[in-house]
Amino acid sequence: MPLRGSPSKMKGLSMTNENDIKDVDAHSGVETTGHSWDGIKELNNPLPRWWLYIFYGCIAWAVVYMVLMPALPALPFTNGSHTPGLRQHSDRAIVNTTMAEVAETRRTEANALLSASLEEIETDRDLQQFAFAMGDSLFGDNCATCHGSGGQGSKGYPNLVDDVWLWDGTLEGIEYTLRHGIRQEGDDQTRFSVMPRFGADGLLEVSDIRDLTQYVVHLSGREADAEAISRAAPIYAAQCAFCHGAEGLGDRTQGAPNLTDAEWLYGSETSEIYDTIYNARNSHMPAWSGRLSEAEIKALSVYVHSFGGGE
Amino acid sequence: MSKVTLNLERSTGGSPPPSEGDLYSKRQQIYPKLAHGKFRTFKWLVMAATLGVYYLIPWLRWERGEGIPDQAVLADFASEKFYFFSIEIWPQEAYYLAGLLILASLLLFLLTSLMGRFWCGYTCPQTVWTDLYIWVERAFEGDRAARIRLDKAPMSFNKAWRKLGKHTVWLIIAFWTGGAFILYWHDAPTVARGWFTGEAPLSAYWFAGILTVTTYFLAGTMREQVCTYMCPWPRIQGALTDEHALNVTYRYDRGEPRGPHRKNESWDGRGDCIDCNQCVQVCPMGIDIRDGSQLECIHCALCIDACDEIMKRVDRPTGLIAYDTDTAVAARAVGQEPPKYRLIRPRTVLYATLMAAIGSLMLFGLMTRATLEVNVLKDRSPQFVRLAEGDIRNGYTLKLVNKASTSREIDLTISGIEGVAAEIVGIDGETDGVITLPVAAHGVDRYRLLITAPAGDSQRRISLSLSDTETGETITTQAPFRSPR
Repeated sequence: MPLRGSPSKMKGLSMTNENDIKDVDAHSGVETTGHSWDGIKELNNPLPRWWLYIFYGCIAWAVVYMVLMPALPALPFTNGSHTPGLRQHSDRAIVNTTMAEVAETRRTEANALLSASLEEIETDRDLQQFAFAMGDSLFGDNCATCHGSGGQGSKGYPNLVDDVWLWDGTLEGIEYTLRHGIRQEGDDQTRFSVMPRFGADGLLEVSDIRDLTQYVVHLSGREADAEAISRAAPIYAAQCAFCHGAEGLGDRTQGAPNLTDAEWLYGSETSEIYDTIYNARNSHMPAWSGRLSEAEIKALSVYVHSFGGGE
Repeated sequence: MSKVTLNLERSTGGSPPPSEGDLYSKRQQIYPKLAHGKFRTFKWLVMAATLGVYYLIPWLRWERGEGIPDQAVLADFASEKFYFFSIEIWPQEAYYLAGLLILASLLLFLLTSLMGRFWCGYTCPQTVWTDLYIWVERAFEGDRAARIRLDKAPMSFNKAWRKLGKHTVWLIIAFWTGGAFILYWHDAPTVARGWFTGEAPLSAYWFAGILTVTTYFLAGTMREQVCTYMCPWPRIQGALTDEHALNVTYRYDRGEPRGPHRKNESWDGRGDCIDCNQCVQVCPMGIDIRDGSQLECIHCALCIDACDEIMKRVDRPTGLIAYDTDTAVAARAVGQEPPKYRLIRPRTVLYATLMAAIGSLMLFGLMTRATLEVNVLKDRSPQFVRLAEGDIRNGYTLKLVNKASTSREIDLTISGIEGVAAEIVGIDGETDGVITLPVAAHGVDRYRLLITAPAGDSQRRISLSLSDTETGETITTQAPFRSPR
């Protein structure tokens, strides 16, 4: 079998002798590789010189790269890691340095946020713009998963853009909620209230819950079963009015929602309201104190307040 | 041209391959001789002017006010502004740059249709720097004959110091060229000082380096090859010039038949060309103009100077090689009176008209451009929100661009929908439906705008009117207002 490679090199090999059949292409006079594919043969032309030089250059570059940069893994002396290379290059270290530089450039503004009140931050042009920019990225990283990219919320996750607030929509109120969260275990200042599971815990009969559902539908100004409403009125007064108010207007100090408006966090359908009374809804929001810096919490408060719902 | 044969290694047997011919031809070094005459003088003047403009413009100062660069011509990438004397261009006005480029190409077209490759011969940077480099070469190595001798001579101390000196000066010029380039992008005194103390931005070193290398090679070692092989202009210009354009032309009707001429010999029955080859020797492109119009010719007119000098010496009228049109030469060849040069032709009129139109359009735009610009970006998520009372609210980001050098106050009024109310976060409410917004000098201010309106049609529009409280300059713009279906 003919060897592939430079024909002149082949001449020097001992196995090459006069008896070897050289297959030479008649047209070009160039020796072929001897392989034939459906009668098609490949000319054994030498590689272009420039191609060869680039190839050698790549090999040289690879050697230089291995010396300079992290390259060889799992050697005995690399301690489970890799050879560090002369340049000690590390993308992770670069990221850390860059982040530290960014933090340093932001330090002045962040300090300004700390010493200003939330109202001052919102009304001062420079502080406001900085808080918006900071808040925008923080909101995207931490809040948008539940509250939506623009704070529009979704079922079970409050809309921060409208003017309906379960707890408090003032700058200070938003900051408090951010800091301590809602029903956050281990934070004794967290916003806390519990709606009883009237059905699941057997506090009320199923028929009573059905009647109450009609009563709540009626509270929000919609058509409902009149008989059920009259049956449910005393139950509402006894079980619900303490938190939601006699007229169903809710109570912000307890996070009890207003039942008379068009805003329904868990849905306005009869079945959904029934489900809420039967199983109760006690959702959570994490406390961000400690997870975000003080400046970040203040920036985020102003940012959320600026969505439009802020009071 | 030297033949280059492929060294194909072959084994025994087989017929020899058919001749491949030349795969490439080796460059022949050109040794242009120094010409003397009016075009050479003109070229020296143009060189001085163009190089002077290039090297000195960044150092011109132009007072603009506090906190704004005082450099007359500056492309300030850091703050995204372009300064040109009293003109200040913002990124969103890049169409002025487009207009400038269109004007420049039209000027090039016009010049080409009037006098061929005027640009190539006199003002193209490749020509100017090559000319400068040849001047340096001549200073170190002498004129054509001396240079040829020196290149043929074996290496000696004399040859070494001349070559070394030439390349050193070339590199210094190249570095100056690259160094001057970066001055256009940064405050010149600052970056010039910073460059040497290591405080200039990395890009400044990069570009100074790139321009140094390209200048050195393009003007020093590549020269005419840039024009012949790399530049698209010789190909394009064929479509822009015509038989009425002035070209550097050998008047073959007068010159032929050529041949050597001895003193006191009769000029009867022969042409004026004495075949002295001076036109070829001075040519920086290494061509023979007597072969007629050709792609390589950059129309530098040095052969005119060379030929005129000879014609004076042999007592014949000058202008055997001259700026002439193809029609004139053709007419004379058949013994007719050459037609007068036609300055006004459809294409020259067209180019001039287009230039005037675009120029005045840009001038009008520059003189009447608003110093206040407003962008209303509507929130997309959420598109709208329904309030507890049933009203609909949309959120916007309002961007106010103030191109004036003073801060100002802008009154914002919203209309277009019955019962509409506006609020800007952080600004104390509206008085009589007007919110006053401060806008900083030379800056962009962003405001968070909240607009509330009664529920209604899902796709409505609001009008925003913004007027300067002092000058009364008013801008009106519209923005969508979305409601649930």
